[in-house]
Amino acid sequence: MAYEKRFDGRAFEDTREIDAKAGVVKNADGSAWFKIGKTEAIAAVYGPREIYPRFKQNAKEGVLQCFYNMMPFSGMGDRVRPGGNRRSKEISMVITNALKPALDLSEYPNSAIDVFIELPKTDAGSRCASICAAAIALADAGIPMKDVVSAVAVGIVDGTVLVDLDYAEEAFEGEVADIPIAVIPSTGELTLLQMDGRISKDNLIKALELGKQVSLKISEVQKKALKEVYEVQNEN
Amino acid sequence: MSSEIIAKEKDIVVPGEVLAVGMDFLPSNGTYRNGDKIMASTVGLVNIKGKVIKLIPLRGKYNPKVGDTVIGKVSDILFSGWKVDIGCTNDAVLPLQEASSDYIQRGADLTMYFDLGDYITCKITNVTSQKLIDISANGPGLRKLGTGRLMNVSCNKVPRIIGKQGSMVNTIKEHTGSKIIVGQNGVVWVKNEDPVKELLTAQAIKMIEDNAHTPGLTDKVTSFLSR
Amino acid sequence: MKTEQKEHILDILDKGSRFDGRKFDEMRPVEVTYDISPNAEGSALVKIGNTEVMAGVKMSIEQPYPDTPENGNLSVNVELLPLSNPSFEPGPPSIDAIELARVIDRGIRESGCIDVKSLCIEPGKKVWTVFVDVCSINDDGNLKDAASLAAIAAIKNARFPEVVDGEVNYKKKTDKSVPLNGVPIEVTIVKLGNHFLVDPCPEEENVAEARLTLASLEDGTLCALQKGGQQPLTTEQIDKMIELSVTKAAELRSKL
Repeated sequence: MAYEKRFDGRAFEDTREIDAKAGVVKNADGSAWFKIGKTEAIAAVYGPREIYPRFKQNAKEGVLQCFYNMMPFSGMGDRVRPGGNRRSKEISMVITNALKPALDLSEYPNSAIDVFIELPKTDAGSRCASICAAAIALADAGIPMKDVVSAVAVGIVDGTVLVDLDYAEEAFEGEVADIPIAVIPSTGELTLLQMDGRISKDNLIKALELGKQVSLKISEVQKKALKEVYEVQNEN
Repeated sequence: MSSEIIAKEKDIVVPGEVLAVGMDFLPSNGTYRNGDKIMASTVGLVNIKGKVIKLIPLRGKYNPKVGDTVIGKVSDILFSGWKVDIGCTNDAVLPLQEASSDYIQRGADLTMYFDLGDYITCKITNVTSQKLIDISANGPGLRKLGTGRLMNVSCNKVPRIIGKQGSMVNTIKEHTGSKIIVGQNGVVWVKNEDPVKELLTAQAIKMIEDNAHTPGLTDKVTSFLSR
Repeated sequence: MKTEQKEHILDILDKGSRFDGRKFDEMRPVEVTYDISPNAEGSALVKIGNTEVMAGVKMSIEQPYPDTPENGNLSVNVELLPLSNPSFEPGPPSIDAIELARVIDRGIRESGCIDVKSLCIEPGKKVWTVFVDVCSINDDGNLKDAASLAAIAAIKNARFPEVVDGEVNYKKKTDKSVPLNGVPIEVTIVKLGNHFLVDPCPEEENVAEARLTLASLEDGTLCALQKGGQQPLTTEQIDKMIELSVTKAAELRSKL
């Protein structure tokens, strides 16, 4: 039997509820909060600033360094031991790679642009939420970029192509593929592509096309968040 | 092919937004060309001058420019000069001969002139492609700052804080009697013997920073200071 | 610290004012929000002015220590996240984070507010371990008081998860909370010149001569102390600081 109705009643092309806000960490050069369903990410950008360790510096452009971290109490079940692990290191790396292609860091030779991403609560899709938050934070920090990168998971559950798998769907016993992607909205180019599970080539392409459409909607929420900072002040 | 401007003057735009379509327009600061479109690459206010479209940035750290007067903090003492943190990736270098109109003997105790942690107003004399910065503290108005309140504001808001020919900062000075020095790098020094007035001065500057993109700013500041 | 900045802050204090215009014993607005992270057994967000701290409680069933077979465990950890202050670095906890965690831990543990015996499920075999993790979001001065308030707020907010056949079912929370007999509250007092200040802003924190962090209970019993800073304190000064701290603790307790 195919997956006909989603566990939480969403349409297949619908994400969970999305919300975003820029400028949430006052100390940072740029910051943002992004929420999708029960997953929340806070990102803060510091930089351009001195890079450490120095051997990482690049005389041609700034170096983007992202740090993904789940708060110890953020996940269902056991406490996440602080200090990072193999998973958080890999995710930090793929987030960096997902954001980098959209940025123009040529104005910042020998500098670091540090993005710290913290997750106070996680359900599913935490790396995509992190990318969305980090992209807003980088724009809020005034870093030049082609576009604000959006990210969402697409996939297949029991033969049905859908977007933004939640925890129950990821854990579904049967054919599941979870494919987090990141998109530069204005060009449709993908900057993150990973997959857990099994899928046919046709369904993969179908899922990616769906993901690109959905990323445009997410992009609107991100851009609105960046503008709202100034609207709120206008009312004062 | 027809060209069209989509964004309006003074619109607040964000990266990825289309500002104009067609090849008749030229992308300038804060924008880039993508095929036949001109798009925003930073958060900024749209500024259209003839065929040239640019953005006045609302966010971002200080980008050093020759001739700017900035306020920095002495971060290191070298053999023949000082390093000064002016909020850029690399600390600026203040060479011995640019520190004072006096002749400083080689091997002299440099802390007599500027000590670690001192704040100084200085002028940027050179910036390389690698953003190495030279500064001078020898010139009118350039000196070590005495006791006072130091604030960090966004460098993008500095032009509004200063105002046309210094009108805004002069308004605040007149109302409060405070001494104010505004560095282009967003470091502001404020001093008033009356702590209440000094705080009021700082609050007025903060208010300009928060409302820099809104119209009628001078009136808002005047009414705030007259309260 | 540079003397010019300290001189200026002191000058303002000597004229009866403070850097941000507050009274010497005036806290910035304090705000406590509960249930900010539903996967945690308890959680809270504390704001003091622009300083922001999150805390969460996780509970798990573990073996007790051999020397205390009937006691549950409490573990307090503080993460000074690099997200919250440009000078905080990623990596192992700094000495400030360790000190802060240990002072909060002592305040809660030594107050006896948690009866560790009540965390015992089966003596010698199974006890509850209560992990309290505090994470800084934005450091605008006085992280210490914000962190300890967040820790106790998260403990107050915590509900034991359901236990089925000796296994924890984290998906379901019971309505049983951690039994608390007393709420220890930490308030840090800093000394600058002849002045004693509560809730220092970063400018004051940077030039403070000495500080005293003090946890106290409802009846004024002191349950943790930590002196910090470069300068010594006299007993008269300590007396004044304690009085101020206990008064402010009551004020903070009412925010929970």
